[in-house]
Amino acid sequence: MTDRDLVLKSFALRRRMLRLIHEAGAGHTGGGLSCLDILNVLYNRVLKITPETVASPTRDRYVQSKGHCVEALYAVMADRGYFPDSDLETVCHYRSYYVGHPTRKIRGMEMNTGALGHGLPICLGMALAARMDGAPNRVFTLLGDGELAEGSNWEAAMAAAHYKLDNLVAILDHNTLQITGHTRDVMSNEPLDEKWRAFGWDVRIVDGHDYAELTAALTTPPAVGKPLFVLANTVKGKGVSFMENVGKWHHGVPSDTELAQALAELTAAEKKFREVSP
Amino acid sequence: MSAPAPSMFSPAAAAMLQRLGLQKGRANLEEFADTLQALATTDRDIIAVTSDSRGSGKLAPFGKALPKQIVEVGIAEQNLVGITAGLAACGKKAFGVSPSCFLTARSLEQIKNDVCYSNVPAVLVGISSGVSYGALGSTHHSLHDLAVLRAIHNITILVPADNHETRAAIRYAATATRPVFVRFGKAAMYDVTPAGAVFEAGKACLVREGSDVAFVANGETVVHALLAAEHLAAAGVSARVLSLHTVKPLDTAAVLAAGRECRAVVTVEEHMIAGGVGEAVASTLLQAGLAPRFRMVGFPDEDTVTGAQADLFRHYGISMEGLSATALALLGQV
Repeated sequence: MTDRDLVLKSFALRRRMLRLIHEAGAGHTGGGLSCLDILNVLYNRVLKITPETVASPTRDRYVQSKGHCVEALYAVMADRGYFPDSDLETVCHYRSYYVGHPTRKIRGMEMNTGALGHGLPICLGMALAARMDGAPNRVFTLLGDGELAEGSNWEAAMAAAHYKLDNLVAILDHNTLQITGHTRDVMSNEPLDEKWRAFGWDVRIVDGHDYAELTAALTTPPAVGKPLFVLANTVKGKGVSFMENVGKWHHGVPSDTELAQALAELTAAEKKFREVSP
Repeated sequence: MSAPAPSMFSPAAAAMLQRLGLQKGRANLEEFADTLQALATTDRDIIAVTSDSRGSGKLAPFGKALPKQIVEVGIAEQNLVGITAGLAACGKKAFGVSPSCFLTARSLEQIKNDVCYSNVPAVLVGISSGVSYGALGSTHHSLHDLAVLRAIHNITILVPADNHETRAAIRYAATATRPVFVRFGKAAMYDVTPAGAVFEAGKACLVREGSDVAFVANGETVVHALLAAEHLAAAGVSARVLSLHTVKPLDTAAVLAAGRECRAVVTVEEHMIAGGVGEAVASTLLQAGLAPRFRMVGFPDEDTVTGAQADLFRHYGISMEGLSATALALLGQV
């Protein structure tokens, strides 16, 4: 799949995600839009896993630590064929497995996440297991920048470098906003590149909406003996003008009118993209 | 020179131990470490995860013999449980080993989500539990662990009484396909398991038959209940003793049999009374329409007094004398 194909897919995935949040009446819209391109690259280009190999012991593993942005993941995984798209009509319904955070009852989900600061320690265990087995697979997690206030991340940051886990990748969806407002105002955590480097990680900084940059960062072999931290600079609400960098869209649900406007914007952007990148 | 640790047993209780011929074993902690190492020697998927706790967990020999099967995480219990869960999710039989006071409090959310809710077959081993670290103060007591874990779905809770039950509990945990928590202390234990008894998770062990009063105990309190039962025999009271080594799932059949067949039930635990085994037994009895005379012996909702484990047991009535007196008062035979 070319970068162009992935960009085109991203418009469809954003529309699908917005429709499902609208229908479910709940969801994390802003963060979903900020991490959607990362997930698109992971599932369609980077992860060595397919719907057919979800039980393979040597599959790559992805654990979404920022579990609240599950709607973007649902859209990407349904598109990739892990489960039927019609399943997404049940999100947040009575007795549906499709709840507001990932659970292993859904095909292809590795762990139940949702409480923040859990993904990285789990992935550390998975990366250790792969090393013990001499397996070639890599383990990926997606963190939020607000999430980094959880101390467990730093316990794991220390241990991953101690164990020289170069099969472990942490991607930061660095959209600089959290539920209360700007992360720098809630609990400042910068400079994150220097912090992760100081903890012993190989740090790569990318535009989290640029497919070439994301791909290069996630597929270029890591520095030997170092876990990889991909600091992906993103825009919360990316792709919808009135949602971009607006705090209330953290878990805002679009009204009928807002949904129509958002879908129209995305469709217009797709049309424009097709014109400039034929 | 340090003062000798106070004895767990009064001179009369010590004499009773001798009369019964109960064999003194070693600490359940040591039994655990040797059992795990023996299992891990033939199964390289068994992994011990420690948080600077390999010394207190008696796992230093394990680490020396099987260095590729031990993961040290440093003093970081949240990471300990997360890593244990990640290993277990990838086919490892991971045992996360840490003092129960830290393991079940600091990292409770990891136990709840990463292990139980995610349903990975991790084993969590709470060492030096209860008031094993008595004199170190309440930071080091785990008198809450059973209550919090009872309230979390999808975890088997094992509290072995002696070396036999500990060995069996660890072997069970190594083959379990769902989360398991095992809790024990560090004092040398007497063998209370009757000859020929077979450990089965979820089934209480009938340590002594009796029909007037039933002591429903577990862990390091069982031997005291057994001594009390023998002591009561001299007063003409027939006392049953159950080792309720599995707190969850509870052996409701054994509990209900005790409630039906005995006039009184006394629960005994090294735990807060709130949320502990006593409350589990009480609700089981009451919901079945049984209301025998009933007392819960354990730690009340107060600042726990200071002292060694032996001091605290004596203070809170977990002793041959204390439990005998409780049973006699309950039966109206004081």
